[in-house]
Amino acid sequence: MTKTYETVIGIEVHVELKTNTKIFCNSTTEFGGEPNHHACPVCLGLPGTLPVLNKKVVEYAVRAALALNCQVASFSKFDRKNYYYPDLPKNYQISQYDLPIAEHGYLDIKVGDQEKRIGITRLHLEEDAGKLVHQGNIVTTPYSLVDYNRTGVPLIEIVSEPDLRSSEEARAYVEKLKAIIQYTGVSDCRMEEGSLRCDVNVSVRPVGQREFGTKAEIKNLNSFRALQRALEFEVERQIKVLNSGGKVIQETRTWDEAKGMTISMRSKEQAHDYRYFPDPDLVPLVLDHQWIDFIRESLPELPDQRRTRYMQAYGLPEYDASVLTLTKEMSDYFEEVIKYYDHPKVISNWLMGDLSRLLNASGIDITQCKIKPARLAEMLKLMDQGTISGKIAKTVFEEMFNSGKDPAVIVQEKGLVQISDAGAIASVVAEVIAANPKSVQDYQAGKTQAIGFLVGQVMKATRGKANPELVNRILLEKLS
Amino acid sequence: MELFQLTAHQLQQMLLKKDISALDITEVVFKRIEQVEDKVKSYLTLTRDQAEAKARQVDKKIAAGEPIGPLAGIPIAIKDNLCTEGVRTTCASKILQDFIPPYSATSVQRVQAADMVLVGKTNLDEFAMGSSTENSGFHLTHNPWDIGRVPGGSSGGSAAAVAAGEAIVSLGSDTGGSIRQPAAFCGVVGMKPTYGAVSRYGLVAYASSLDQIGPFTRDVTDMAQVLNVICGHDPMDSTSANIKQPDYTQYLINDIKGMKIGVPREYMADGIDHPVKEKINAAIEKLTELGAFVEETSLPHTDYAMPAYYLIATAEASSNLARYDGVRYGYRVKDAHDLVDMFMRSRSQGFGDEVKRRIMLGTYSLSAGYYDAYYLKALKVRTLIKQDFDQAFTKYDALLSPTSPSTAFKIGAMVNDPIQMYLQDVCTIPVNLAGIPALSLPCGLANDLPVGLQLMGKAFAEGTLLRIAYTLEQNSDYTRLRPVIGG
Repeated sequence: MTKTYETVIGIEVHVELKTNTKIFCNSTTEFGGEPNHHACPVCLGLPGTLPVLNKKVVEYAVRAALALNCQVASFSKFDRKNYYYPDLPKNYQISQYDLPIAEHGYLDIKVGDQEKRIGITRLHLEEDAGKLVHQGNIVTTPYSLVDYNRTGVPLIEIVSEPDLRSSEEARAYVEKLKAIIQYTGVSDCRMEEGSLRCDVNVSVRPVGQREFGTKAEIKNLNSFRALQRALEFEVERQIKVLNSGGKVIQETRTWDEAKGMTISMRSKEQAHDYRYFPDPDLVPLVLDHQWIDFIRESLPELPDQRRTRYMQAYGLPEYDASVLTLTKEMSDYFEEVIKYYDHPKVISNWLMGDLSRLLNASGIDITQCKIKPARLAEMLKLMDQGTISGKIAKTVFEEMFNSGKDPAVIVQEKGLVQISDAGAIASVVAEVIAANPKSVQDYQAGKTQAIGFLVGQVMKATRGKANPELVNRILLEKLS
Repeated sequence: MELFQLTAHQLQQMLLKKDISALDITEVVFKRIEQVEDKVKSYLTLTRDQAEAKARQVDKKIAAGEPIGPLAGIPIAIKDNLCTEGVRTTCASKILQDFIPPYSATSVQRVQAADMVLVGKTNLDEFAMGSSTENSGFHLTHNPWDIGRVPGGSSGGSAAAVAAGEAIVSLGSDTGGSIRQPAAFCGVVGMKPTYGAVSRYGLVAYASSLDQIGPFTRDVTDMAQVLNVICGHDPMDSTSANIKQPDYTQYLINDIKGMKIGVPREYMADGIDHPVKEKINAAIEKLTELGAFVEETSLPHTDYAMPAYYLIATAEASSNLARYDGVRYGYRVKDAHDLVDMFMRSRSQGFGDEVKRRIMLGTYSLSAGYYDAYYLKALKVRTLIKQDFDQAFTKYDALLSPTSPSTAFKIGAMVNDPIQMYLQDVCTIPVNLAGIPALSLPCGLANDLPVGLQLMGKAFAEGTLLRIAYTLEQNSDYTRLRPVIGG
């Protein structure tokens, strides 16, 4: 008999902080740039150079830590994590080992109707590494180039407790984490640019067993989809191993997006001994309680608070409030529109419906959307005034999405103004009745659904511009 | 005395009186280098063109009546583990033999801003690891008092250059005695300032928590003046002390009446050569005559300093030296067949034996399973040693000891006995562990070789050490002896 298994997941998330300069020097953190042009003797680790901690980095880390309900340490220190790799110019990474800047946090997730609190073990500061550029792939490349632009970009690593029990929960956790950090303004959290990266630890155990199973660590998860797929694959793999009488071995695996599977990278025996020790070039980080409180007080509204406000102040359903606040960009957009147009639910419907559909289809995010919030409000007002119908509005909206034009201009240019002249509609209705005797008969014989066809014919004749309410009323009058 | 044998402040007087130009001083020094460098071999790189250009600049300033600093126009040698922009900085290692830094160490920048004249870069034990300069990847340096003997180390080149008249003053670095011991062997004044007093920015790290830059000079007045130039807070070094910097020359006071000086008995134990002890005892008598109260005391954890040092220093070194891998700069094997091969063979061929020995020791003591027993325990010992000193300084203004257990030894005498070599630093190492300042002052000759006396003070009490040393110097011939360089 096959047992039922429970999945246990813990996640390490690395987030790049968007300070102007790097964690230990004055080089810019700007993404991209000519290779090795955003590097100086300090981040290149040239002989004799020394790191000096960027105060802004500490402020940002504390902001993120407080938003994640962590306790910020008044005393923490930096350690060296020693390992050889060409993207690491000193062959050690400055990180925090036993005394991180923050610990004991949590965040709340919701999967389906289930709310759950996920513990955050710790949050620590470290420097990012550079990147290698291979000719083709890493195995066959005749040589590799190294770009140190990213070296020394400030990172926070956020380690969760092993509280997650499914790939859905894992995804919800990272989504929530991303939202919270975005709201604090300390990072863009762009997975595709690598400013948010996650490694997951996953194991399975028979339901009811207290001890954890042997875990595997999965790296190279560059999207929410990859995260979820990799976990689903890995859980299934481990269960198969156990069910066939095998043992899961502790190892690091990498997600192969193309093959849709996780592949072993190195076993526990091959794991590095990082030889952590306190970095003698840096002094311990001592934070003043008043300063921490000052940052706490200056924290912006966070996703959960905003969601509650949307429900209370705008009367939005919980679902709408959750979806709108999931990313700061969407939420900020919503707040802009509402400044010009006071019907939250209508705005919500458009954002969650047509706008999200078009964004997904074109693969862009809302910050790149051509429709300015004020213009969307104008369009909604045109609907309310009866200038355009709901149907026409969809056409106008799509045109706005593509061109960014003023909705009034689109309506004008395309002659999309709604016909609300009862006389004009009455004459079209008369023509339609005359041309469709069969439907008229059906209706009069009690088949009330025939009215739909006749309305459609009127709309078709007016190229959708007729005010649908008027069309309905006049048709009913004429047929009765 | 010859011009090249004068002190910086004597030359400065002549410069101000226009008896001599800065260019003259520079030429005198380079002429001296031409005469004796073959025998002494203090330098790895000479920067004559830059030196002459700088000297001319100083002369122009003087001619124009512009104010000049107290050390303007004074030729200075720089240990080759201090980065000099545009001038190769090798650490006496093959792995860095062609490394030209695009920046200067803060101390070098300060020296240049003071209009001092950079003569060249001096020889050292590779990466400052050693006590004889025999570990240089390039060549030996010879003691100007007896060219069959070592100059001490690791700053052997900087000490020998000042002793031989190949520079007027110089800079070195001291991690476990690397300024004080060669100063003692070469009969010059050397000081390791308080940890944090001089910026380490641009000093190629050996053991970051112990390394400190300091001067070699011919007398105590010069020492105070060079300290004035190089000390001070630097935002580029997080461990640099942000304190108000005194004018060190105000401590040049010929009076030590009533000062209390302790002599830790652990530093005068059996391992100290008899002739050295005699000279130290003579100096103690002189101090007493001059009105100081000198008595024996104890620093009970002294025996543990050496092992603690070799765990902490090598642990830090194993990490600090990891960056020399052939990827970005420095030596790289030409025919590597993959990444790991490139790393391994570049490092195997680029580093010398002593450096490899210390990297291995340090890697071991930081390894999983050994960390607590070695590195962590060493840190605890370090705290105890600090407490010993704290305790002593509640009672004494300064502590006194020999700088080194012996005078300069013969070249090759200890190369096959690393432990014997490590014991050279037995009197100097505790000071680095405690982070306190210490000065080595010549205190006469034993069998025609200089003996060094070490004065140790509490953190940032350089002034106290200068005062005691100055008083001793003014009442003796200690800093007036000059070597005659033989064939």
